[in-house]
Amino acid sequence: MMHFWMPAATLWWRDLVRFWREKTRVLGYVGSPLLFWLLIGSGSGNLAFFFPGALVLTVMFSAVFSTMSLIEDRREGFLLSMLVSPAPRSAMALGKILGSSTLAWIQGVIFLCFLPAAGYAPGWAGVLEAVGVIFLIAFTFTALGFVIAWQMDSTQGFHAIMNLALFPLWLVSGSLFSMTTAHGWVRWLMRLNPVTYMVSALRQALERQPAPDMPGFSVSVAATAVCAVLLLAAATAFATRKSARSFA
Amino acid sequence: MIVSIDNLVVNYGARAALRGVSLEVCEREVFGVLGPNGGGKSTLFKTLATMLSPASGAARIAGFDVDRQSTEVRRRIGVVFQSQSLDKKLTVAENLRAQGHFHGVSGAALTARMDEAMNRLGLADRRNELVESLSGGLRRRVEIAKGLLHRPAVLLMDEPSTGLDPGARRDLWRYIKELRDVQGVTVLLTTHLLDEADRCDRLALLHEGKLVAAGSPGELKARIGGDVVTLEAVDPLALREALEARLGVRAAVIDGVVRVEIDNGHRFIAEAVEAFPGAIRSVALHKPTLEDVFLDETGVTIGSDS
Repeated sequence: MMHFWMPAATLWWRDLVRFWREKTRVLGYVGSPLLFWLLIGSGSGNLAFFFPGALVLTVMFSAVFSTMSLIEDRREGFLLSMLVSPAPRSAMALGKILGSSTLAWIQGVIFLCFLPAAGYAPGWAGVLEAVGVIFLIAFTFTALGFVIAWQMDSTQGFHAIMNLALFPLWLVSGSLFSMTTAHGWVRWLMRLNPVTYMVSALRQALERQPAPDMPGFSVSVAATAVCAVLLLAAATAFATRKSARSFA
Repeated sequence: MIVSIDNLVVNYGARAALRGVSLEVCEREVFGVLGPNGGGKSTLFKTLATMLSPASGAARIAGFDVDRQSTEVRRRIGVVFQSQSLDKKLTVAENLRAQGHFHGVSGAALTARMDEAMNRLGLADRRNELVESLSGGLRRRVEIAKGLLHRPAVLLMDEPSTGLDPGARRDLWRYIKELRDVQGVTVLLTTHLLDEADRCDRLALLHEGKLVAAGSPGELKARIGGDVVTLEAVDPLALREALEARLGVRAAVIDGVVRVEIDNGHRFIAEAVEAFPGAIRSVALHKPTLEDVFLDETGVTIGSDS
């Protein structure tokens, strides 16, 4: 067991140390969604509605971009030496995902500090629930980022995927308009979109009451957790797979 | 044999990077793999480091198959990469500690090994500096310390001197020999530098994915024997034919220069200059080098960037 947890914990610790030493760069991920939220929320006169979506965007940016470093890291970086060590690949996948999701979670929690400005008063229970949900969201996006990054040879390709797939998914997740106001096929897309369940879980944790126009709280949390587990399994499988490329 | 490679074939996609290479490395040997860039030495390095799977054939380190028993192999090899495998935002000690953890070493045992490695490589006073603040030579030393932390039987090094200044190269080689003599480590390194290859105990010459020659630098050079004479001529092809016809020597034209391998080169020079006045612009004589060996076996030079 030591041979599994020690390498995993080391990778997790490394992400935290690096985060601490590069605070300003990493905190940039909070900045742009915050500005985005203030502009669109103030403009439409509804800061509360756009808050959960903007928070999810923060976590998504942070989680996915911190896994982008994998692309370089395992070809000519730190992970190379782990790849040629006896440490299990599953420990590498879990350690890296835990590390990056912790950073994304910290940034999500920083964003959560603007809760009063959004007009929410969920009480301590609500805040704790939200903090838990944010970690789950961070973990899911990080595992997704790991799976994408592991397939990529260049960071350009990674940006393309982000812009083509992830950002549109966020747009139709109930962050900007609710399912009841959506028309035609977009409504179906929203129902199938995993990000919808993340936004819904967070929104209901903060509002402290069930919302009729979105999946229930427990359903939302369960759906996100299922995604997280599936993506973690995929990440582990990819990392363990032998390959004839310049890394294995 | 601590490393034995048997008819190894490795493909990169559709391209064959190694085409049936066989060689053996003895314990406590500094073994060099010399060849031009693209000759297959990096592929060999990566295969031995368990990063690539062979298409056919096999490579064994300490009796374990690098492909099928890669975990056992990884316990026994130290790998020093050409590109930096250090985290530049971590300190020297933090990088080493992480490496220990990847190899299942921790606690007081790890601290002791880290101290030992840092002392031996002259890094003790740098232990708390960030790697990004170190010079190229110091970084390479951290890489080596990292590669040795788990006390491997075999150290694999990819182009170890590349990017180092002459002083750092000298230090590196003093250390490589010390590893072999004091700690009994087998070192297998790749290089395209002739002076580096000359320092190895034994060498393999790789060209286009094939082994063209193997042996100690002395043995390889002795195959050529005698001297190498190079002649710059007004018309190199005509001079070659004339030399072969009139003096009965074997000559070749390589890169526009006539080249003759011959015993007693000084006598041949006198004869040639006498026999073809005006046809020869300049003459040079040298003892065979590894470049000559490579040229002799492949018809091409290793590369001018040495």
